[in-house]
Amino acid sequence: MIYKLRLYVTGRTHNSLRAIENLRRVCEEDLRGRYEIEVIDVLEHPKLAENERIMATPTLVKKLPVPVRKIIGDLSDRDKVLFGLDLSPFDIAGENQSEANGGA
Amino acid sequence: MSYQTDRHMSDRKPGHLEAMETGITGFDQIAMGGLPKGRTTLVAGTAGSGKTVIALEFLANGVTKFDEPGVIVTFEETPLDLIRNVESFGWDLQQMLDDNKLAIVNATPEPGEAVIESGSYDLSALVARIEHAIREIGAKRVILDAVGALFPQFSDSSVVRNELRRIHNGLRGMGVTTLITLERTEEEGGVGRFGVEEFVADNVVILRNRLDNEKRRRTIEILKFRGAPHQKGEYPFTIDVDDGVTVIPLSAIELKQKSSDIRVSSGVAELDRMCGGGMYRDSIILVSGATGTGKTLTVTEYIKAAIRSGERALLFGSEESREQIMRNASNWGADFEQAEKDGILRIVCRYPEVMSLEDHLIQMKRDIRDFRPARVAVDSMSAFERVSSGKSFREFVIGLTSHIKHLETTGLFTNTTSMLMGGESITETHISTITDTIILLRYVELQGVMRRGLTVLKMRGTWHEKDIREYVIDNHGMHIQEPFKGVHGILTGVPTYSYAQERRRLDDMFEDESRS
Repeated sequence: MIYKLRLYVTGRTHNSLRAIENLRRVCEEDLRGRYEIEVIDVLEHPKLAENERIMATPTLVKKLPVPVRKIIGDLSDRDKVLFGLDLSPFDIAGENQSEANGGA
Repeated sequence: MSYQTDRHMSDRKPGHLEAMETGITGFDQIAMGGLPKGRTTLVAGTAGSGKTVIALEFLANGVTKFDEPGVIVTFEETPLDLIRNVESFGWDLQQMLDDNKLAIVNATPEPGEAVIESGSYDLSALVARIEHAIREIGAKRVILDAVGALFPQFSDSSVVRNELRRIHNGLRGMGVTTLITLERTEEEGGVGRFGVEEFVADNVVILRNRLDNEKRRRTIEILKFRGAPHQKGEYPFTIDVDDGVTVIPLSAIELKQKSSDIRVSSGVAELDRMCGGGMYRDSIILVSGATGTGKTLTVTEYIKAAIRSGERALLFGSEESREQIMRNASNWGADFEQAEKDGILRIVCRYPEVMSLEDHLIQMKRDIRDFRPARVAVDSMSAFERVSSGKSFREFVIGLTSHIKHLETTGLFTNTTSMLMGGESITETHISTITDTIILLRYVELQGVMRRGLTVLKMRGTWHEKDIREYVIDNHGMHIQEPFKGVHGILTGVPTYSYAQERRRLDDMFEDESRS
């Protein structure tokens, strides 16, 4: 199964560069040979960001396989990235849920 | 009302910020021209207080009235919901989108989508989308609707706050005029939630939707406009599908009326003489008296006089049905039915209870606008007092009065006093300062007989007779006779006779007896 991933970044900020680097590493380690990454700069393609309702950068969108999922941040938390890509060896949903809603 | 706005704008001193007209009826008057141009204004209010409607009207007016494109950034309602919700106001957002006069940035969370956070982020994508939308259509007006809904989408509210500050600064840099709406949890207390007011504290508008005598009453208050003049305090407003938001500016316009020297007849020739030759055309007349003293007759005579001179008259009935009004009039020789057919008279009967006073005011203004009468009568004004608190009643009267005077129309209101003789009513105390002429109708008990007395209590700007005159009512209408002589205290309800008068009366008695 091919993973189609799209990463939205803003120019060449620290967050952007770190996210690209972190994503490459995860993919090489866990998805070698079965992933495509498309990096999109929202400053150059705001329309694409609008269509996908991207709010934050960096945002990683897992377009395939379904379900489509968004992961925001510089992807420095490897476990969360794996969870978001459905590659997690163990279920960390509970932990993730509490953090996602914690600041509301 | 645009000329008034223009005048306000020219009133601005140098150094004051330029104003951007919102086109919202009444708002530009209390804002003395409009929103501070190129700045951000925070509109805060509880749920259902009308924040989104005001924001959207500001934007829709920009497109339709001022040819200024606008951007909606929506955080809570989806674009489709927004478009549907304001269709009834006649604002065709879809058409504006198609014409590239409007762009919508959809910042609502996707339903059911749990965003996973992994490491640090900011909202640069949102910033880029907003800036792109503004540039693409050349927007001059931007609204950020319900920014509070942005906070639960992210775990770190300080990031959100920082990013909102960045958006706020960015918008200022782009020279657009922005409205941010923010929900409050209570009608009083702090401006809003999430500390948003910390960075858009320059210009704050508060909307309230309080319960007042079991009726909802909407008010708007400009808390502050930094560097720009504005009216202080709360002003009532209404929202309806015909006119959208209507702010009732009250005293803000009260003192700006021109006055006219032209006189019109009250319909009672002797009363005209008592008033020094008739009523001023742009004056407001209050006829006050107990039940059965002839207030409705006075109204009928006043309407008859209008019909006779070929002027349009508009009668608002608040206590009697059309049929009753027609019947009473025909008893006094006035054919209101024919007059309505001829298009010279319109009778509008609405019981006060059917809606709030603010809505009554809007409806009545609309009736006046549609019919363009030379004379307006409200029979009775005091009936409206039943359904409201004193404050909103006073605002209602001021609103109607200033509207009528503004159009150089004559207004006649009736007021029913609760006491049969003498006394004053709440209505009198509330609205007597607003009216130009007050005519009192009173029962007078003299030697065991009920008689009626009339006096012109005040008439602004002219001489008037000060006597209390007796009048009688018969099938032909009202007949004013001689003043009551030798009697005083009529207005207090306790008439007393002067000694000399009593003596003469006794003399007369004996004379009568000696003759018989």
